[in-house]
Amino acid sequence: MNATGPTTPRRHAFLTVFFKEVRENLRDRRTMMSALLTGPLLGPLLFVMLLSVSLNRELDKSDRPLPVPVIGAAQAPNLIDALKAGGVVPGPAVADPERTVRRQDADVVLRIAPDYGNAWRRGEPVQVELFFDSSRRDTSAAVERVTRLVECYSRQQGALRLVARGLSPAIAWPLQVARRDQATPQSRAVLMFAMLPYFLVITLFMGGMYLAIDLTAGERERQSLEPLFANPVPRWQILCGKLAAICAFSLASLLIALLTFGVVGRLVPAERIGMELDLGPHFAANVLLLMLPLVPLLATLQSMVAAFAKSYREAQTYISLLMLVPIIPSLLLSFMPIKAQAWMYAVPLLGQNLGIMQLLRGDGVTGQQLGLCVAGSTATVILAVLATVQLYRSEKLAISS
Amino acid sequence: MIEARNVHKAFGSVKAVDGVSFVARDGEITGLLGPNGAGKTTTLRMLYTLMAPDRGQVLVDAIDAAIDPLGVRRRLGVLPDARGLYKRLTARENIDYFGRLQGLPDDLLKSRGDALIAALEMGDIADRRTEGFSQGQRVKTAIARALVHDPRNVILDEPTNGLDVMATRAMRRFVQRLKAEGRCVLFSSHIMQEVGTLCDRIVVIAHGRVVADESPDALRALTGEANLEDAFVKIIGSDEGLAA
Repeated sequence: MNATGPTTPRRHAFLTVFFKEVRENLRDRRTMMSALLTGPLLGPLLFVMLLSVSLNRELDKSDRPLPVPVIGAAQAPNLIDALKAGGVVPGPAVADPERTVRRQDADVVLRIAPDYGNAWRRGEPVQVELFFDSSRRDTSAAVERVTRLVECYSRQQGALRLVARGLSPAIAWPLQVARRDQATPQSRAVLMFAMLPYFLVITLFMGGMYLAIDLTAGERERQSLEPLFANPVPRWQILCGKLAAICAFSLASLLIALLTFGVVGRLVPAERIGMELDLGPHFAANVLLLMLPLVPLLATLQSMVAAFAKSYREAQTYISLLMLVPIIPSLLLSFMPIKAQAWMYAVPLLGQNLGIMQLLRGDGVTGQQLGLCVAGSTATVILAVLATVQLYRSEKLAISS
Repeated sequence: MIEARNVHKAFGSVKAVDGVSFVARDGEITGLLGPNGAGKTTTLRMLYTLMAPDRGQVLVDAIDAAIDPLGVRRRLGVLPDARGLYKRLTARENIDYFGRLQGLPDDLLKSRGDALIAALEMGDIADRRTEGFSQGQRVKTAIARALVHDPRNVILDEPTNGLDVMATRAMRRFVQRLKAEGRCVLFSSHIMQEVGTLCDRIVVIAHGRVVADESPDALRALTGEANLEDAFVKIIGSDEGLAA
């Protein structure tokens, strides 16, 4: 009988717990699907698909020939030529332009007054009507395009008339607005990618979620925690082994997600609308570094929340609520344009969010920002782990009924 | 040897265990007998250090559980009230996991596992995943993993609970065998007949207190009842009379 305890050097209990949890969960289809398939793959694919669709729609609108029914085209051949040069395809006249627009048969209808020709020759102002429905937001690009073409033609002709009378066209435009857009191709992309950090955090979250529930509330519900605690291993070592297993799964999720973003990022035709999107290895490496402390942080928070629950179901409810927390910085940053202060980088989740957005803008993160981000999150991890260890000491924790 | 010295445990205002003392000796089977809710499971939980007593002392092979709980757990094999297995692992993997946590080296793990699987007659299920096991198969697996480190002291909380006749008989044979190997066996039960046939010593608990600590024969003699069940009722009944 083994009365004196182990005499040979043994594998650390932490590793025993870790390997057992990993092995057991590799056999669980739901955990595997969530950690390695739906979480990391569905997110990026969905994201990129939505993005591609909306980008393509934008592209279509600006490049595509735009059919516009024109009433009275014969009155203004030069205007029609100018419109044609701008990509408008004049269509045959319609009888009732209001109805045509309302019935969505056309995005915009142009009506040229019947006395256009005469008025033009006399040099008098003449009306050109545009019919559109501003409540149909998807037509706004088409309306904008036709409006701009007409106004441009008007200004051109006005200038020619002034010149013909020996005056400088500058007289008619005392002010000239010069727009100097400071957006870079990359920063323009940022608007569209404001939710990317959240996608990454959620991936991390989903990767470890089922494991976290299974390893605390699940084990309690299955009544296996009490026999487990009867072993001569301190509870904190068991907890750490479990946390490590959760981390392994969520880290795998994150890696797969980053890889997927890198691959599908190439499929987004961002450069065609003057955006630049770099989701390549450099981006991935920086994101990984930024998010590394979040891996144990989320694992610990999930375990902590799950430890309060009596059953698997209850834990699922709590953890779904916890999932709303990482969305806060993303929402905050997309609705309220905050100027980033140094301390913000030290706030877990917020710091990662800021850092990733900066990477997307192409600004890169400084060593100080990276350091603050990692240090802040790591400090929080340590606190969270200590709190969870304390929670694990509770006598009630092990008892199922 | 397992020794409880005047242990107390209260949950809020409920005194679950109210000054329990007894000794379970090596080479003997000690039965913890009592009605449901008498404090048996709470007492056992304090013995295997899942809970700390509010007052009193627990000693296992003279090691104080309050000072060296890990040392106590190393000397104990425990079948708790909760017998949860890991259903995605096979029976053998369940046993191995606990063996590793007990610190057994791989070669010893293998031989101990094989010996227990043979002794518990569970060779046919050893390499099956435990999901879908019958109650008897689950208890066998739980016992095997509790004893994989070859502990001198064995605590079994209602080991025959939910077992059919055949499984119960096999379980009793196994408990006898543990005794024959010189171990200290402490088991709880609320089945009189089982305690009467198996135990060398019976500790009767009611309302969180020890109301008798005798051999079955002495218990019968003490109460003047030939039938152990009547003796038991008499002891519990008189205690209730005292408390009232």
